[in-house]
Amino acid sequence: MTSKVDKYDPGSLSDLLPLYYKKLFPYGLYFRWLNYGGVPKTYFSNREFSFTLKDDVYIRYQSFTDQQDMEKEIQKICPYKIDVGAVFTHRPKDHKTINAAAFVAQEKELVFDIDMTDYDDVRSCCSGADICEKCWPLMSMAVKILNRALKDDFGFEHILWVYSGRRGIHCWVCDEVARKLSQAGRTAIAEYLTVVKGGENQVRKVHLDQYIHPSIKAAIEIINSNFKDYAVDKQDFLGDKQKWTKVLSLIPSQDIQKEVAEELELLPDSASRWKKVKKFIELSSKSGFTDSRQADKEIMLQYCYPRLDVNVSKGINHLLKSPFCVHPKTGRVCVPFDPDDTDRFSPAEVPTISQLLDELNKVEAVDLGGVSKHTKDYKRTSMAASIEVFEQFVKKLEKSWRGKLIEESDKKMEF
Amino acid sequence: MDFDRRRTATLRTKRIQQKVNGIDTNIFEHCVQLYTLPPTSTISLEEFEELAVERLKVLRAVETVGVRCSRGSQDYKTLLEKEIKNSKLKRSILKWRDNVSHFILRLAYCRSEELRRWFIQQEIDLFRFRFQQESAESRARFLEINNLGYKPIDTEEQKEVLVNLQDSEGKEALAIENVQHYKVPFTEALDLVRSRRVYVHHGFAYVPQDDLVSILLTLFRMQLSHSLAVSNLQSFASPGRRWEVITNVVSLSRRYIGQDYASKKPVGEITADMIDLLSKTSFPLCMQQLHSAFRSNHHLRHGGRMQYGLFLKGIGLSLEEAIRFWKSEFTKIMDGDKFDKQYSYSIRHYYGKEGRKADYTPYSCIKIITTNTPGVGDFHGCPFKHSDPDVLRQKLAGQGLKQEGVDQVMQFVKGGHYQVACARVFELIHGSLSGGLIDVEVSFQHPNQYFEESYKRLHKDKINSNTPQAPRAVQIVPPPSKDRQSDTVTNLKSNSQDVTAPAASTASDPHEEDDFDELDETVLLDEAE
Repeated sequence: MTSKVDKYDPGSLSDLLPLYYKKLFPYGLYFRWLNYGGVPKTYFSNREFSFTLKDDVYIRYQSFTDQQDMEKEIQKICPYKIDVGAVFTHRPKDHKTINAAAFVAQEKELVFDIDMTDYDDVRSCCSGADICEKCWPLMSMAVKILNRALKDDFGFEHILWVYSGRRGIHCWVCDEVARKLSQAGRTAIAEYLTVVKGGENQVRKVHLDQYIHPSIKAAIEIINSNFKDYAVDKQDFLGDKQKWTKVLSLIPSQDIQKEVAEELELLPDSASRWKKVKKFIELSSKSGFTDSRQADKEIMLQYCYPRLDVNVSKGINHLLKSPFCVHPKTGRVCVPFDPDDTDRFSPAEVPTISQLLDELNKVEAVDLGGVSKHTKDYKRTSMAASIEVFEQFVKKLEKSWRGKLIEESDKKMEF
Repeated sequence: MDFDRRRTATLRTKRIQQKVNGIDTNIFEHCVQLYTLPPTSTISLEEFEELAVERLKVLRAVETVGVRCSRGSQDYKTLLEKEIKNSKLKRSILKWRDNVSHFILRLAYCRSEELRRWFIQQEIDLFRFRFQQESAESRARFLEINNLGYKPIDTEEQKEVLVNLQDSEGKEALAIENVQHYKVPFTEALDLVRSRRVYVHHGFAYVPQDDLVSILLTLFRMQLSHSLAVSNLQSFASPGRRWEVITNVVSLSRRYIGQDYASKKPVGEITADMIDLLSKTSFPLCMQQLHSAFRSNHHLRHGGRMQYGLFLKGIGLSLEEAIRFWKSEFTKIMDGDKFDKQYSYSIRHYYGKEGRKADYTPYSCIKIITTNTPGVGDFHGCPFKHSDPDVLRQKLAGQGLKQEGVDQVMQFVKGGHYQVACARVFELIHGSLSGGLIDVEVSFQHPNQYFEESYKRLHKDKINSNTPQAPRAVQIVPPPSKDRQSDTVTNLKSNSQDVTAPAASTASDPHEEDDFDELDETVLLDEAE
């Protein structure tokens, strides 16, 4: 995805990072998030962070006593990448001095990782690490579908969505229940949310019964309202014979496949062809082809339903790239975004580190002219909107434990 | 005889009840239990051994019957009931012996992940079976005793969510209208949530009354797997006679679930250059598939690398050769530097040279079939389970199987007997595995077992002639009932005659004896750490 201001040069990263970590990384909010109100007190200091340095040198089991310590370390080391891990029984820094069996990961946010490469078989515009505005809607559908399920089905409230800096998105579910989930609990949720299943030997990866689970029903509704824009207009998914053969192969009945294929040749575009396919499936299911009656929904799900990397979600111990890292290849910052406004989020507009530092230079030049303000530096760059999203998230989180603290102190006082 | 036993058991129950004075004198209030209280009484070593063997028989019966009949069917009930009656753990004396024998096997089965998995699975099936045999009243009492106070939702709420219940459970509204539903925190109904079998809303799972057992199973599984992990960490105090008995029981357990190929010594000098050829002659289909995907894409994703890498380790590829093998292919799409950084670490990891230095075990069939389902871009998994029928047919034909053979194999696949299907492929290529017995089906438990059988046959002349005529590594089972079509794993282990045969009869098998020594060593090493 190329944008007008994209002039980031990966070679300059090591020169830019010190300034970024000094002036722009939002340590305060970041600490307020991961400290979780200091309940228990060791929650932050027992958290594992890991750093990736230049040339892929990887250091695990870093930990910090408090915000100052974290700031100092990060600014000293200037890591290319920071990963956030679990909260352990002891300080991860000291892990070598502790019996390996006693050093155990206890809690972590429930996380999800969605990567565009996993959609390579159903997007026609790009492949691998590339993304463009034609396939990005896949990510925004994924956000809508998962966000709804996490809130409505599981009752989670504190969900942070973050752009991964290149080709995917991350989700951090931070409710207490989520952080305390066992591996089995994480697996159960991840599998509950997995609909597209099957490896390279299976063509049909979605199988629906007569009754469709409410969670999938809701997902189908979301896909439905985006399907014309995404699949028909942007992807032109029935645009030529090769494309529609692939789509039709998902219909269980081969008779129907053949019949529809003949008809599609005669139609001019994806829109009319998709109408025809749906019509055919509806008619044929009425005349007894019960195995194909959900085929149109199955096609929609296989093409659009979020594809999770479940292994990331399953382990309490799994590391995930921290928000506000800079992606070394693209230079873009891993910024949080608002899930209710995901259609307006565009990865092309996410600022790069070089762009941010440029902006900062300009603002500072103005300051020297006499006007000086006590605003945080990052609020004066194009990162401000993302920081705002993050701040709202942290504030809401703080309210939840404030309520809890008051509740508990009330219990103790008993006036 | 049987009667005598019952009386002594009653006496013992009294004894144990006195011992736990002050805590709860009624620890065996219900004949089904969650095994939360370990036994505290003293028993003789003979008794100890006997109890272990008896429970193993029952668990083994649970497994075999589960393979032959679908769970919950009438056949399943009758057969399993019969098997349990034949053991010395039968209902009338169940409570105390049940408790003690369960805890003995915990000791034996906490040692490795594979053992734990097997034990938990059988214990859970046994628990489910016994719980479902109880009356509604008795089940309610069980919930009460174990402090599981789930309350049903009222009719008003039920009406409101009826459509959602219908869609979740896949039954018509009429059929569930009058079924009581319980609102349970989703974290306590994970099995039902995972498979999307219940309606989940705002953190609660709406569980129909018949599925309550599934919740108990989740709870039981959690407790059990936790305790097994804990037991594994605690080393046993002093070696001696007691220790011998325990290791003996451990060796029994291995006999029942087969080898894990963890620290198998190399079969011969296998080097990286031999893999291409071996993959054609001696690899099971799953590994052939990974190999050819690797050769054509110069890359395998994580799941594939794990499954294939550990298999290669299991056939005797040394760490150095493994790195040579992976590197030669990966470097076709990346430079050697990148490979060293990103991939050689994980290969060293498989061999226990990095991280926690755990020596990883090659994946068994059950593990491959049940865990880590392949996704887009993945070539791992079990081709018999994770392929469309058309694709599989093609692959089988590619193995040189004739139409008739392909049909036979596909018949097993259709019935969900993936491991039998795999063994049939072996037989069609290499000849019979059952040693001339008619009307039995064999199955593989492990991809490395497939390899070893095949390698042995093709290299007979080269292998040390001291080895006795190929001890049968493959277990034999009666043909699975044709009518059964389910998705469950067929972990076929034994034929029904073996179940009643005394366990000691297999102990003289030299192959097994080797195995025992090897294990003993690892156990002791563990302890020393």
